[in-house]
Amino acid sequence: MTAADFKNAVLANNPAWAQLLGLCPLLAVSNSVVNALGLAAASTLVVIGSNTVISALRGFIPDQARLPSFVLVIATFTTVTTLLLEAFAFDLYLKIALYVQIIVTNCMILGRAEAFASRQPVSRAILDAAGTAVGFAIALIGLGAVREVLGQGTLFENAHLLFGESAASWTIDIGDAGTLPLALYPPGAFLTTGVIMALMTSLKRSTHDRQKMNTRR
Amino acid sequence: MSELALVLLGALLVNNFVLAQFLGLCPFMGITRSYDAALATGLATTFVLTLSAVTSYLFHHAVLVPLGVEYLRIILFIVVIAGIVQLVQYYLRAASPILHQLLGIYLPLITSNCAVLGVALLALDNTFSLAETFVFSLGAAAGFTLVMVLFGAIRETIDHEHVPDAFRGAPLALVTAGLMSLAFMGFGGLA
Repeated sequence: MTAADFKNAVLANNPAWAQLLGLCPLLAVSNSVVNALGLAAASTLVVIGSNTVISALRGFIPDQARLPSFVLVIATFTTVTTLLLEAFAFDLYLKIALYVQIIVTNCMILGRAEAFASRQPVSRAILDAAGTAVGFAIALIGLGAVREVLGQGTLFENAHLLFGESAASWTIDIGDAGTLPLALYPPGAFLTTGVIMALMTSLKRSTHDRQKMNTRR
Repeated sequence: MSELALVLLGALLVNNFVLAQFLGLCPFMGITRSYDAALATGLATTFVLTLSAVTSYLFHHAVLVPLGVEYLRIILFIVVIAGIVQLVQYYLRAASPILHQLLGIYLPLITSNCAVLGVALLALDNTFSLAETFVFSLGAAAGFTLVMVLFGAIRETIDHEHVPDAFRGAPLALVTAGLMSLAFMGFGGLA
Protein backbone atom coordinates (compact mmCIF):
# COMPACT_ATOMS: atom_id res chain seq x y z
CA MET A 1 0.00 0.00 0.00
CA THR A 2 2.76 2.41 0.90
CA ALA A 3 4.61 1.99 -2.39
CA ALA A 4 1.32 2.49 -4.20
CA ASP A 5 0.76 5.78 -2.34
CA PHE A 6 4.11 7.00 -3.59
CA LYS A 7 3.63 5.90 -7.18
CA ASN A 8 0.12 7.27 -7.31
CA ALA A 9 1.27 10.67 -6.09
CA VAL A 10 4.13 10.79 -8.61
CA LEU A 11 2.44 9.54 -11.76
CA ALA A 12 -1.34 9.30 -11.89
CA ASN A 13 -1.93 12.37 -9.73
CA ASN A 14 1.17 14.31 -10.69
CA PRO A 15 0.43 17.64 -9.01
CA ALA A 16 1.69 19.81 -11.82
CA TRP A 17 0.66 17.98 -15.00
CA ALA A 18 -2.47 16.12 -13.98
CA GLN A 19 -3.96 18.59 -11.54
CA LEU A 20 -2.50 21.91 -12.71
CA LEU A 21 -1.53 22.79 -9.14
CA GLY A 22 1.48 24.90 -8.34
CA LEU A 23 1.51 26.37 -11.80
CA CYS A 24 2.93 29.74 -10.71
CA PRO A 25 6.30 28.45 -9.48
CA LEU A 26 6.39 25.83 -12.24
CA LEU A 27 6.30 28.47 -14.95
CA ALA A 28 8.26 31.12 -13.11
CA VAL A 29 11.46 29.31 -12.14
CA SER A 30 11.69 26.75 -14.94
CA ASN A 31 13.95 29.00 -17.05
CA SER A 32 16.98 26.95 -16.01
CA VAL A 33 17.65 23.56 -14.46
CA VAL A 34 19.45 25.01 -11.46
CA ASN A 35 16.63 27.41 -10.57
CA ALA A 36 14.20 24.53 -10.95
CA LEU A 37 16.30 22.29 -8.71
CA GLY A 38 16.48 24.98 -6.05
CA LEU A 39 12.74 25.45 -5.92
CA ALA A 40 12.11 21.71 -6.10
CA ALA A 41 14.34 21.18 -3.07
CA ALA A 42 12.61 24.00 -1.18
CA SER A 43 9.14 22.65 -2.00
CA THR A 44 10.20 19.15 -0.98
CA LEU A 45 11.30 20.38 2.42
CA VAL A 46 8.05 22.28 2.97
CA VAL A 47 5.70 19.54 1.81
CA ILE A 48 7.41 16.74 3.75
CA GLY A 49 7.79 18.84 6.91
CA SER A 50 4.25 20.16 6.92
CA ASN A 51 2.67 16.82 6.01
CA THR A 52 4.56 15.14 8.86
CA VAL A 53 3.56 17.70 11.45
CA ILE A 54 -0.04 17.89 10.30
CA SER A 55 -0.37 14.13 10.33
CA ALA A 56 1.21 13.90 13.79
CA LEU A 57 -1.15 16.58 15.13
CA ARG A 58 -4.26 15.27 13.39
CA GLY A 59 -5.79 14.16 16.70
CA PHE A 60 -5.31 17.56 18.32
CA ILE A 61 -6.47 20.00 15.65
CA PRO A 62 -10.18 20.76 16.02
CA ASP A 63 -12.11 20.32 12.82
CA GLN A 64 -13.31 23.94 12.61
CA ALA A 65 -9.80 25.36 12.93
CA ARG A 66 -8.42 22.85 10.43
CA LEU A 67 -7.50 25.03 7.45
CA PRO A 68 -6.02 27.98 9.39
CA SER A 69 -3.89 25.54 11.39
CA PHE A 70 -2.64 23.84 8.22
CA VAL A 71 -1.79 27.19 6.68
CA LEU A 72 0.15 28.22 9.78
CA VAL A 73 2.15 24.98 9.78
CA ILE A 74 2.95 25.40 6.09
CA ALA A 75 3.86 29.08 6.62
CA THR A 76 6.23 28.06 9.40
CA PHE A 77 8.02 25.54 7.20
CA THR A 78 8.17 28.03 4.35
CA THR A 79 9.83 30.55 6.67
CA VAL A 80 12.34 27.93 7.82
CA THR A 81 13.12 26.97 4.22
CA THR A 82 13.51 30.61 3.21
CA LEU A 83 15.98 31.18 6.04
CA LEU A 84 17.91 28.00 5.19
CA LEU A 85 18.21 28.95 1.54
CA GLU A 86 19.22 32.49 2.47
CA ALA A 87 21.95 31.10 4.71
CA PHE A 88 23.39 28.39 2.47
CA ALA A 89 22.68 29.39 -1.14
CA PHE A 90 22.31 33.15 -1.08
CA ASP A 91 23.00 33.79 -4.78
CA LEU A 92 20.40 31.27 -5.81
CA TYR A 93 18.02 32.67 -3.22
CA LEU A 94 18.27 36.10 -4.81
CA LYS A 95 17.05 34.64 -8.10
CA ILE A 96 14.06 32.70 -6.81
CA ALA A 97 13.31 34.44 -3.50
CA LEU A 98 9.77 35.52 -4.27
CA TYR A 99 8.74 32.09 -5.47
CA VAL A 100 10.23 30.33 -2.44
CA GLN A 101 8.23 32.61 -0.18
CA ILE A 102 4.97 32.01 -1.99
CA ILE A 103 5.31 28.23 -1.60
CA VAL A 104 2.98 28.88 1.32
CA THR A 105 0.10 29.62 -1.05
CA ASN A 106 0.82 26.62 -3.26
CA CYS A 107 -2.54 24.87 -3.39
CA MET A 108 -0.74 21.57 -4.01
CA ILE A 109 0.66 21.52 -0.48
CA LEU A 110 -2.54 22.61 1.26
CA GLY A 111 -4.38 20.10 -0.90
CA ARG A 112 -2.23 17.19 0.26
CA ALA A 113 -2.56 18.30 3.89
CA GLU A 114 -6.33 18.46 3.65
CA ALA A 115 -6.93 15.40 1.50
CA PHE A 116 -4.32 13.05 2.88
CA ALA A 117 -2.06 14.02 5.77
CA SER A 118 -4.87 15.08 8.09
CA ARG A 119 -6.45 11.60 7.93
CA GLN A 120 -3.50 9.21 7.65
CA PRO A 121 -0.73 7.98 9.97
CA VAL A 122 2.63 9.75 9.81
CA SER A 123 4.43 7.08 7.77
CA ARG A 124 1.90 7.17 4.97
CA ALA A 125 1.72 10.96 5.07
CA ILE A 126 5.50 11.19 4.61
CA LEU A 127 5.41 8.83 1.64
CA ASP A 128 2.57 10.75 0.08
CA ALA A 129 4.47 14.00 0.62
CA ALA A 130 7.61 12.50 -0.91
CA GLY A 131 5.61 11.32 -3.90
CA THR A 132 4.02 14.73 -4.37
CA ALA A 133 7.41 16.39 -4.07
CA VAL A 134 9.06 14.03 -6.55
CA GLY A 135 6.19 14.45 -9.00
CA PHE A 136 6.46 18.22 -8.75
CA ALA A 137 10.25 18.09 -9.03
CA ILE A 138 10.08 15.93 -12.17
CA ALA A 139 7.69 18.36 -13.84
CA LEU A 140 9.71 21.40 -12.71
CA ILE A 141 13.17 20.09 -13.63
CA GLY A 142 11.93 18.54 -16.87
CA LEU A 143 10.44 21.84 -17.99
CA GLY A 144 13.58 23.64 -16.79
CA ALA A 145 15.78 21.36 -18.93
CA VAL A 146 13.62 21.80 -22.02
CA ARG A 147 13.55 25.57 -21.67
CA GLU A 148 17.27 25.91 -20.93
CA VAL A 149 18.25 23.77 -23.93
CA LEU A 150 15.78 25.50 -26.24
CA GLY A 151 16.58 28.96 -25.00
CA GLN A 152 20.38 29.04 -24.74
CA GLY A 153 21.65 25.58 -25.61
CA THR A 154 23.08 24.74 -22.19
CA LEU A 155 22.27 22.52 -19.23
CA PHE A 156 23.18 23.04 -15.56
CA GLU A 157 24.44 26.56 -16.05
CA ASN A 158 25.23 28.27 -12.72
CA ALA A 159 25.27 24.90 -10.91
CA HIS A 160 27.76 26.41 -8.44
CA LEU A 161 24.96 28.54 -6.99
CA LEU A 162 23.45 25.41 -5.51
CA PHE A 163 26.26 22.86 -5.20
CA GLY A 164 29.31 24.98 -4.36
CA GLU A 165 32.32 26.10 -6.41
CA SER A 166 33.30 22.61 -7.56
CA ALA A 167 30.12 22.44 -9.59
CA ALA A 168 30.99 25.47 -11.72
CA SER A 169 32.26 23.17 -14.48
CA TRP A 170 29.11 21.06 -14.66
CA THR A 171 27.61 23.18 -17.39
CA ILE A 172 26.93 21.14 -20.49
CA ASP A 173 27.20 23.24 -23.61
CA ILE A 174 25.13 21.89 -26.43
CA GLY A 175 25.92 24.80 -28.71
CA ASP A 176 23.79 27.82 -29.38
CA ALA A 177 23.08 27.11 -33.03
CA GLY A 178 19.36 27.33 -33.67
CA THR A 179 18.36 28.30 -30.15
CA LEU A 180 15.06 29.98 -29.46
CA PRO A 181 15.64 32.71 -26.84
CA LEU A 182 11.89 33.18 -26.54
CA ALA A 183 11.79 30.00 -24.46
CA LEU A 184 13.52 31.84 -21.62
CA TYR A 185 11.00 34.70 -21.58
CA PRO A 186 7.56 34.60 -19.92
CA PRO A 187 5.67 33.81 -23.16
CA GLY A 188 8.04 30.90 -23.74
CA ALA A 189 7.07 29.42 -20.37
CA PHE A 190 3.39 29.36 -21.29
CA LEU A 191 3.98 28.12 -24.84
CA THR A 192 6.46 25.37 -23.89
CA THR A 193 4.24 24.09 -21.11
CA GLY A 194 1.17 24.11 -23.33
CA VAL A 195 2.91 22.21 -26.13
CA ILE A 196 4.46 19.65 -23.75
CA MET A 197 1.08 19.10 -22.14
CA ALA A 198 -0.56 18.54 -25.53
CA LEU A 199 2.21 16.08 -26.47
CA MET A 200 1.66 14.14 -23.26
CA THR A 201 -2.08 14.03 -23.83
CA SER A 202 -1.69 12.66 -27.34
CA LEU A 203 0.95 10.17 -26.15
CA LYS A 204 -1.35 8.94 -23.40
CA ARG A 205 -4.21 8.69 -25.84
CA SER A 206 -2.25 6.70 -28.44
CA THR A 207 -0.97 4.15 -25.89
CA HIS A 208 -4.50 3.91 -24.56
CA ASP A 209 -5.85 3.21 -28.05
CA ARG A 210 -3.17 0.61 -28.68
CA GLN A 211 -4.05 -1.22 -25.47
CA LYS A 212 -7.67 -1.22 -26.53
CA MET A 213 -6.77 -2.74 -29.91
CA ASN A 214 -4.72 -5.46 -28.26
CA THR A 215 -7.50 -6.47 -25.90
CA ARG A 216 -9.92 -6.58 -28.81
CA ARG A 217 -7.77 -9.13 -30.60
CA MET B 1 3.33 62.34 -8.75
CA SER B 2 4.86 61.06 -11.97
CA GLU B 3 6.73 58.49 -9.91
CA LEU B 4 3.45 57.10 -8.61
CA ALA B 5 2.09 56.96 -12.15
CA LEU B 6 5.17 55.01 -13.19
CA VAL B 7 4.66 52.52 -10.35
CA LEU B 8 1.01 52.12 -11.36
CA LEU B 9 1.79 51.61 -15.04
CA GLY B 10 4.60 49.21 -14.25
CA ALA B 11 2.43 46.97 -12.10
CA LEU B 12 -0.56 47.20 -14.43
CA LEU B 13 0.98 46.56 -17.85
CA VAL B 14 4.76 46.28 -18.02
CA ASN B 15 5.28 43.75 -15.25
CA ASN B 16 1.78 42.33 -15.38
CA PHE B 17 1.44 39.98 -12.45
CA VAL B 18 -0.13 37.13 -14.34
CA LEU B 19 1.56 37.31 -17.72
CA ALA B 20 5.06 38.48 -16.79
CA GLN B 21 5.54 37.41 -13.17
CA PHE B 22 3.43 34.25 -13.06
CA LEU B 23 1.50 35.19 -9.95
CA GLY B 24 -2.15 34.31 -9.57
CA LEU B 25 -2.14 31.59 -12.22
CA CYS B 26 -4.48 29.30 -10.28
CA PRO B 27 -7.53 31.59 -10.63
CA PHE B 28 -6.29 32.61 -14.07
CA MET B 29 -6.48 29.03 -15.34
CA GLY B 30 -9.23 27.87 -13.03
CA ILE B 31 -11.96 30.51 -12.96
CA THR B 32 -11.84 31.92 -16.48
CA ARG B 33 -14.23 29.44 -18.09
CA SER B 34 -16.79 32.23 -18.26
CA TYR B 35 -16.51 35.98 -18.60
CA ASP B 36 -18.80 36.70 -15.62
CA ALA B 37 -16.91 34.52 -13.19
CA ALA B 38 -13.63 36.06 -14.34
CA LEU B 39 -14.96 39.56 -13.77
CA ALA B 40 -16.36 38.71 -10.32
CA THR B 41 -13.08 37.10 -9.24
CA GLY B 42 -11.12 40.05 -10.55
CA LEU B 43 -13.18 42.60 -8.64
CA ALA B 44 -13.16 40.62 -5.40
CA THR B 45 -9.41 40.13 -5.69
CA THR B 46 -8.82 43.82 -6.41
CA PHE B 47 -10.54 44.79 -3.19
CA VAL B 48 -8.85 42.20 -0.98
CA LEU B 49 -5.44 42.62 -2.59
CA THR B 50 -5.26 46.39 -2.13
CA LEU B 51 -6.58 46.22 1.41
CA SER B 52 -4.25 43.41 2.46
CA ALA B 53 -1.15 44.93 0.86
CA VAL B 54 -1.67 48.18 2.76
CA THR B 55 -2.53 46.36 6.01
CA SER B 56 0.52 44.12 5.65
CA TYR B 57 2.67 47.19 5.11
CA LEU B 58 1.31 48.81 8.29
CA PHE B 59 1.72 45.63 10.37
CA HIS B 60 5.24 45.13 9.06
CA HIS B 61 6.35 48.61 10.02
CA ALA B 62 4.37 48.82 13.26
CA VAL B 63 5.03 45.35 14.68
CA LEU B 64 7.77 43.36 12.95
CA VAL B 65 10.38 46.08 12.49
CA PRO B 66 10.26 47.45 16.08
CA LEU B 67 10.50 43.90 17.44
CA GLY B 68 13.28 43.00 15.01
CA VAL B 69 11.51 39.88 13.76
CA GLU B 70 11.16 40.70 10.06
CA TYR B 71 11.71 37.05 9.22
CA LEU B 72 8.20 36.28 10.44
CA ARG B 73 6.72 38.27 7.56
CA ILE B 74 5.36 35.27 5.62
CA ILE B 75 3.40 34.02 8.63
CA LEU B 76 2.11 37.50 9.48
CA PHE B 77 1.10 38.33 5.91
CA ILE B 78 -0.78 35.08 5.37
CA VAL B 79 -2.68 35.64 8.61
CA VAL B 80 -3.50 39.23 7.57
CA ILE B 81 -4.76 38.05 4.18
CA ALA B 82 -6.86 35.22 5.61
CA GLY B 83 -8.28 37.57 8.23
CA ILE B 84 -9.21 40.23 5.69
CA VAL B 85 -10.88 37.67 3.44
CA GLN B 86 -12.93 36.49 6.41
CA LEU B 87 -13.88 40.04 7.42
CA VAL B 88 -14.88 40.97 3.90
CA GLN B 89 -17.05 37.88 3.78
CA TYR B 90 -18.83 38.78 7.03
CA TYR B 91 -19.26 42.38 5.94
CA LEU B 92 -20.68 41.48 2.55
CA ARG B 93 -23.10 38.98 4.05
CA ALA B 94 -24.48 41.66 6.35
CA ALA B 95 -24.30 44.70 4.11
CA SER B 96 -25.00 43.42 0.63
CA PRO B 97 -26.45 39.92 0.33
CA ILE B 98 -26.63 40.23 -3.46
CA LEU B 99 -22.94 40.99 -3.79
CA HIS B 100 -22.21 38.24 -1.30
CA GLN B 101 -24.12 35.76 -3.41
CA LEU B 102 -22.24 36.89 -6.51
CA LEU B 103 -18.74 36.85 -5.07
CA GLY B 104 -19.29 34.40 -2.22
CA ILE B 105 -17.67 31.32 -3.69
CA TYR B 106 -14.69 33.22 -5.08
CA LEU B 107 -13.75 34.98 -1.85
CA PRO B 108 -12.23 32.06 0.10
CA LEU B 109 -10.08 31.20 -2.94
CA ILE B 110 -8.36 34.58 -2.71
CA THR B 111 -6.47 33.42 0.38
CA SER B 112 -4.59 30.90 -1.74
CA ASN B 113 -4.01 33.35 -4.60
CA CYS B 114 -0.27 33.81 -4.62
CA ALA B 115 -0.59 37.23 -6.27
CA VAL B 116 -2.04 38.64 -3.05
CA LEU B 117 0.92 37.49 -0.97
CA GLY B 118 3.28 38.28 -3.83
CA VAL B 119 2.25 41.93 -3.99
CA ALA B 120 2.72 42.39 -0.24
CA LEU B 121 6.19 40.82 -0.43
CA LEU B 122 7.24 42.69 -3.57
CA ALA B 123 6.16 46.03 -2.11
CA LEU B 124 8.45 45.23 0.80
CA ASP B 125 11.38 44.20 -1.42
CA ASN B 126 11.09 47.44 -3.38
CA THR B 127 11.05 49.48 -0.13
CA PHE B 128 7.95 51.32 -1.24
CA SER B 129 6.39 54.05 0.89
CA LEU B 130 2.78 53.68 2.04
CA ALA B 131 1.43 55.70 -0.91
CA GLU B 132 3.57 53.73 -3.35
CA THR B 133 2.43 50.44 -1.83
CA PHE B 134 -1.19 51.49 -2.28
CA VAL B 135 -0.70 52.52 -5.91
CA PHE B 136 1.42 49.45 -6.66
CA SER B 137 -1.17 47.05 -5.28
CA LEU B 138 -3.98 48.89 -7.07
CA GLY B 139 -2.07 48.60 -10.34
CA ALA B 140 -1.29 44.94 -9.77
CA ALA B 141 -4.93 44.16 -8.98
CA ALA B 142 -6.20 46.13 -11.96
CA GLY B 143 -3.74 44.29 -14.19
CA PHE B 144 -4.92 40.97 -12.77
CA THR B 145 -8.57 41.87 -13.40
CA LEU B 146 -7.82 43.10 -16.92
CA VAL B 147 -6.07 39.88 -17.87
CA MET B 148 -8.71 37.70 -16.18
CA VAL B 149 -11.51 39.41 -18.13
CA LEU B 150 -9.65 39.31 -21.46
CA PHE B 151 -8.77 35.66 -20.97
CA GLY B 152 -12.32 34.77 -19.88
CA ALA B 153 -13.71 36.34 -23.03
CA ILE B 154 -11.16 34.56 -25.25
CA ARG B 155 -11.86 31.20 -23.64
CA GLU B 156 -15.61 31.50 -24.11
CA THR B 157 -14.95 31.85 -27.84
CA ILE B 158 -12.29 29.15 -28.04
CA ASP B 159 -14.54 26.57 -26.44
CA HIS B 160 -16.74 26.64 -29.55
CA GLU B 161 -13.91 26.26 -32.05
CA HIS B 162 -12.55 23.11 -33.62
CA VAL B 163 -9.12 22.54 -32.15
CA PRO B 164 -6.84 19.47 -32.27
CA ASP B 165 -8.00 17.00 -29.63
CA ALA B 166 -4.68 16.94 -27.82
CA PHE B 167 -4.84 20.70 -27.29
CA ARG B 168 -8.36 20.75 -25.89
CA GLY B 169 -8.61 22.33 -22.44
CA ALA B 170 -5.51 23.26 -20.46
CA PRO B 171 -2.85 23.04 -23.23
CA LEU B 172 -4.69 25.47 -25.49
CA ALA B 173 -5.36 27.77 -22.54
CA LEU B 174 -1.62 27.83 -21.85
CA VAL B 175 -0.75 28.56 -25.48
CA THR B 176 -3.35 31.35 -25.51
CA ALA B 177 -1.86 32.79 -22.34
CA GLY B 178 1.56 32.58 -24.01
CA LEU B 179 0.37 34.67 -26.95
CA MET B 180 -1.20 37.20 -24.58
CA SER B 181 2.05 37.36 -22.67
CA LEU B 182 3.89 37.97 -25.94
CA ALA B 183 1.53 40.85 -26.67
CA PHE B 184 2.06 42.30 -23.20
CA MET B 185 5.84 42.24 -23.74
CA GLY B 186 5.14 45.07 -26.17
CA PHE B 187 4.43 47.31 -23.18
CA GLY B 188 8.07 46.87 -22.16
CA GLY B 189 9.08 50.19 -23.68
CA LEU B 190 6.61 52.17 -21.56
CA ALA B 191 8.55 52.20 -18.30
